[in-house]
Amino acid sequence: MQIKELLKKLSEATGVSGYEASVRELVRDEFSQYADKIRVDAMGSLIALKHGEAVEEGPRHSIMLAGHMDEIGLLVTKLEKGFLRFATVGGFDVRVLLGQEVVVHGRQDLPGIIGTRPPHVLTTEERKQVLPLDKLFIDVGMPEDKLGKVVRVGDVITLRRQFTELANNLVCGKAFDDRAAVACIVSCLQHLTTMKHTWDVYAVATVQEEVGLKGALTSAFGIAPDIGIAIDVGHGDMMGVSEADTVTIGGGPAIGFGPNIHPLMHSRLVETAKSYEITYQTDPIPGRSGTDAWAIQVTREGIPTALISIPLRYMHTTVETLSLTDLERIGRLLALFIANLDEAFAQELGLSKARARQESSASP
Amino acid sequence: MLLKELSEAFGVSGHEGAVRQLILDEIKDLVDEHHVDALGNLIALKRGSLKARRKVSKVMLAAHMDEVGLMIMHIEKQGSLRFRPVGGIDARVLLATKVLIGDDKVPGVIGVKPIHLLEPKEREQVMRVQDMNIDIGASSKEEAERLVKISDYAAFDTSFSELGGALHTVKGKAFDDRAGCVVLVELLRESYPFDFYGAFTVQEEVGLRGARVAAYSIAPDIAFALEGTICDDLPKKRDISPTTTLGAGPAITIMDRSVIADRRLVDLLVDTAEKNGIPYQFKQPGLGGTDAGAIHLSREGVPSTVVSVPSRYIHSPVCMLSLNDLDNTVRLMREALGKVHELDLSRPQGF
Repeated sequence: MQIKELLKKLSEATGVSGYEASVRELVRDEFSQYADKIRVDAMGSLIALKHGEAVEEGPRHSIMLAGHMDEIGLLVTKLEKGFLRFATVGGFDVRVLLGQEVVVHGRQDLPGIIGTRPPHVLTTEERKQVLPLDKLFIDVGMPEDKLGKVVRVGDVITLRRQFTELANNLVCGKAFDDRAAVACIVSCLQHLTTMKHTWDVYAVATVQEEVGLKGALTSAFGIAPDIGIAIDVGHGDMMGVSEADTVTIGGGPAIGFGPNIHPLMHSRLVETAKSYEITYQTDPIPGRSGTDAWAIQVTREGIPTALISIPLRYMHTTVETLSLTDLERIGRLLALFIANLDEAFAQELGLSKARARQESSASP
Repeated sequence: MLLKELSEAFGVSGHEGAVRQLILDEIKDLVDEHHVDALGNLIALKRGSLKARRKVSKVMLAAHMDEVGLMIMHIEKQGSLRFRPVGGIDARVLLATKVLIGDDKVPGVIGVKPIHLLEPKEREQVMRVQDMNIDIGASSKEEAERLVKISDYAAFDTSFSELGGALHTVKGKAFDDRAGCVVLVELLRESYPFDFYGAFTVQEEVGLRGARVAAYSIAPDIAFALEGTICDDLPKKRDISPTTTLGAGPAITIMDRSVIADRRLVDLLVDTAEKNGIPYQFKQPGLGGTDAGAIHLSREGVPSTVVSVPSRYIHSPVCMLSLNDLDNTVRLMREALGKVHELDLSRPQGF
């Protein structure tokens, strides 16, 4: 499947943090085409293992690729006179919610609208105020007595948006954060079928990133990989935002650098991009990256971790925009990085020593 | 002086290599084993003299090598640099300071519009970090790019010096936590009955990152974090507890934002100080977070506390501490560690 079709399928799927089952099955269909083993961990992250071709007998080094499959969403908190009040799951700017279409996942899926009073009836003062969450409501157009039979408090709500192609190979839609990364990982696995790699590859679609990097935390612990790469979205250049805070749309993989990223992982990714002439950009991240990389890095005794960001405009809205060219470059960069992993790099990272230490200190 | 060398070294969170090298040179002949882990923590082991397993046979002491600083985010067309803080920095302390950028230590200044040109209103506004620039004297983006690159770290450029006086005060940058590093190096010069793990940690200032993984790999029975802590003892209108007082001795933590200290360790420190006539103080509860916050939650939990050298103006370009406090911190820790293996850390049945 081409990356565009894959992204469309994943983007339009449902998977609010904590409720990823539906999108997980779609990802499973993709991962299982390339994986030797596949499992779901206790939190719900999907973990696929593609074996490396061993140079010699014995344990192989391993790399974990993480992209989160959950999306931000809403949750029904109250049924009120035929309307629904709701809470947010993950970080929303409440200003972007007004007037959006939603799907309420009750006993059946119900399309709904986040209602807004028309400008005609608003005073000038009212127009100047941001409506807080407790003033917003969802209308599913159902009479009060019937609504109670279909929708209950706690039902999940997703924002609704069809995948759209814009000019210049850009596309727009919801939940590209971080389904686009899952698409990149699939693309990487595709490339790897035509390459040789000696390290084991764990492709992980993590859960509950948007509510605290939870799936990455537990899946990285369970896998205990030697190194890890998180793929997530990064703010792309857009009007009204300083270039210092953005990376360039169409500028290629944004390879993260900063405390969250192991310097040797960063430089290896940059070298790989350079030697295969993949357009890339450096993404300085002075502290908390807010991605799965943040959790993976401090798993167990610490894991050399990198972060590749997909340049993306309008994050956490239903019109997230990115370049398909960037996705293709990331898939290829990941595969080439993996194909070039060798014992020398492991030694440079001090991995063999780390592994021996881990075993000795794990015994009580 | 080791404190001078460490204070003047460059080690913003995520880029602690230079500080680590200085410490390694100092301790490599003092310890039995040492290694650098995946995040960059330097972990040194000094084996204990007692062979029989005690209740406390593995003690971790942690001091963080990293300091707060800046990172270059963007180079403007005119050659000025946009930046963001690494770790917690009050934007108000940044204006008109000098910094060093990257491994080549390219000097730059954080420029500010002169007072002559300011509107009265502008004077009342705190300048945001986003609106600040570092000027390295470059006249174009191309020229700036020959000297620095996006993602370079920058640190304050402050020289160390002794101010003297009865408290033997010194000034310099990054006493949080190079003071703790000095205490830990001094402690490694002694021998102990238990296995002594000295962890010089990374990335404390961006979320206690290094200590967390170091504690996991060491799996200690108990732990002490050694800090250069907040000392807010200046006169102010509304007098509250001054956090710590300069010159009043090592500050023992009972509770901060990140940890409630293990009371048995606090009692041991207090008893030791009183028996040996070492001055001590309690740090005002509830302020600041330290590596102990990460360590005490490692694995199944590690009884921990913090002992700090009071330091004024931390997280700014220049800090101040009393060498008396530093010496007394080393003394207190040395005496307390002599007793630590006798602690009974078992809990009564059923808690």
